[in-house]
Amino acid sequence: MLLKIEHLRKHFGNQIVLHDVNLVINKGEVLCIIGQSGSGKTVLFRHIIGLMFPDGGRILLENEVISSPTTKPSDFNKVRKRFGILFQGAALFDSMNVGENLAFPLRELTNFTEKEINRKIGDSLEKVGLKEEFKTKMPSELSGGMRSRVGLARAIVMEPEIMLYDEPTSALDPIMTDKVNDLILSLRERLNMTSIVVTHDIGSAYKIADKMAMIHEGKIIFSGTPGEIRQSRNPYIQQFILGQRKRVYALDEAETYAGKVELGKLKPSTKTQPAVGSENLVNKKFEMPARKPPRLPTGGKGR
Amino acid sequence: MIYPLRLVASVGGAARLLAAKGYRFVLGAHQYGRLTKQTLVRFPLIVKNLNITISHMYTLGIESIPLVTMIALFLGSATVTQAVYQMSGMIPFRYLGALVCKTTVTELAPVITSMVFAGRVATGIAAEVACMKNSEQLDAMNVLRLDPIRYLIVPKTVACIVMLPVLVIWANLMAFTGAALTVALTVDVTMHTYLSGKKIFFDAIDVYVGVGKTAIFGAIVAITGAYFGFTAKGGAEGVGNATTKAVVVSAVLILVFDFVVAILVM
Ligand SMILES: Nc1ncnc2c1ncn2[C@@H]1O[C@H](COP(=O)(O)OP(=O)(O)OP(=O)(O)O)[C@@H](O)[C@H]1O
Ligand SMILES: [Mg+2]
Repeated sequence: MLLKIEHLRKHFGNQIVLHDVNLVINKGEVLCIIGQSGSGKTVLFRHIIGLMFPDGGRILLENEVISSPTTKPSDFNKVRKRFGILFQGAALFDSMNVGENLAFPLRELTNFTEKEINRKIGDSLEKVGLKEEFKTKMPSELSGGMRSRVGLARAIVMEPEIMLYDEPTSALDPIMTDKVNDLILSLRERLNMTSIVVTHDIGSAYKIADKMAMIHEGKIIFSGTPGEIRQSRNPYIQQFILGQRKRVYALDEAETYAGKVELGKLKPSTKTQPAVGSENLVNKKFEMPARKPPRLPTGGKGR
Repeated sequence: MIYPLRLVASVGGAARLLAAKGYRFVLGAHQYGRLTKQTLVRFPLIVKNLNITISHMYTLGIESIPLVTMIALFLGSATVTQAVYQMSGMIPFRYLGALVCKTTVTELAPVITSMVFAGRVATGIAAEVACMKNSEQLDAMNVLRLDPIRYLIVPKTVACIVMLPVLVIWANLMAFTGAALTVALTVDVTMHTYLSGKKIFFDAIDVYVGVGKTAIFGAIVAITGAYFGFTAKGGAEGVGNATTKAVVVSAVLILVFDFVVAILVM
């Protein structure tokens, strides 16, 4: 067990973003976190990386508390080098060109010679599918997907032990998505890097994840292997991973925005026709978290 | 019965508001002080990235020269014109040079140049830092263990501390030029009277203090810009507010410190 998140709680004003988040991540694992937009995935990442500190609960790295309500940002510094992150908006330094963006941490924090640094930059850019000649471009001259890949290159050039990716592929075409997925896997092969990936791309998640976790209403409502999530009978999860907003269950939009919806109160949408086979799920209680995949009804009445 | 109660309530409300504002002010002053301290202790680190500091010296200092030249020329002219107007009939014109020289060197050139410099530089620093904060660049620096104060603020502060006095020396020269031109061209005083008058009470210490104190003003400008950048709220409006506050507060602080220096020198 490398990283353990216990009862993490965070609120902004009177909006509680993280209620009670519990997660365990093992070394060398790829964990994919899925969840609706605004469900607090980025906030969770900012806690793991030490940019925010919780109101309650704690985060342990190898059984040592690295983040708790009483932790000061300076206390986090000693473990900071073990983490790397790709920000959702890439967060490139816009006064520097692409090459300098990558070279900046290398020059300041390592003892590599200028030649080695150049080689490393070339390597990293190549890994994310960018040609050497982009080195002299400014971030403002790049496309959104390119920016995100430069951000990725900058994060991996330092080879952190634990890498967090906040939607690494949401701005990429399918070919680049595949390339980034392969990169995440190869980093694990080569450096035994632990990865936590926030993604909305279920296909990618199935491909790279050892474990998947779903966050909803500030809680982890599911955590298990991709196979388990596929078999989960929680209709909300099914709806999410199948991308069927109104097929089975629909959150009432007004209620969602008011933040009033609770999981247990989800009602089947009356506006749309229920999906085939969903009738017998409608009135079932949710099992939270559904650790063991419940056996699918075979030849049940609903079929 | 109701009225006194209302009075108490409204007085209480006002007091609470005042207390909240006061608390915010104290908190802000505390944070400002901490930022100043954090900046100062990192000064020795600039030797490792001297190139950043030098490039800032160029952009913040050298590129301000046209503006400062312009302002100082008119400053000199206006001072002479005003002095002649005020003195005529009361004070002999052989003191004109001394008066103009003293006021320019001790107060006008340092303070006006610093104000203009604040308008140009404090706003720039505040806007830059605020934008970097909003686009998560500061977070990215923190995560990569690249200390934002060390790499962003310290080079700019040092550049300001070095370059503002240089600009003030330049402003002094330009103000004298402007003054001399005005004497030569417009007012009814001979150049000889003006120039010989300059030497009467000339004291080098005035120049040293006048120029030296602007090193402090330079630090004030840079750190105030940085402070409002770091504390900026999100969005374009947040950046706008940060720049406004940066220039206003640096102007006030410059005048306050100018007063403190004046008392100390007296
Ligand atoms: N600094 C902050 N101050 C106030 N509220 C915040 C802050 N950061 C996030 N929030 C709130 O927390 C909630 C979760 O935000 P977060 O960015 O974590 O969403 P997300 O799951 O990453 O969504 P997305 O998939 O769209 O990126 C949002 O409702 C947001 O308004
Ligand atoms: Mg997010």
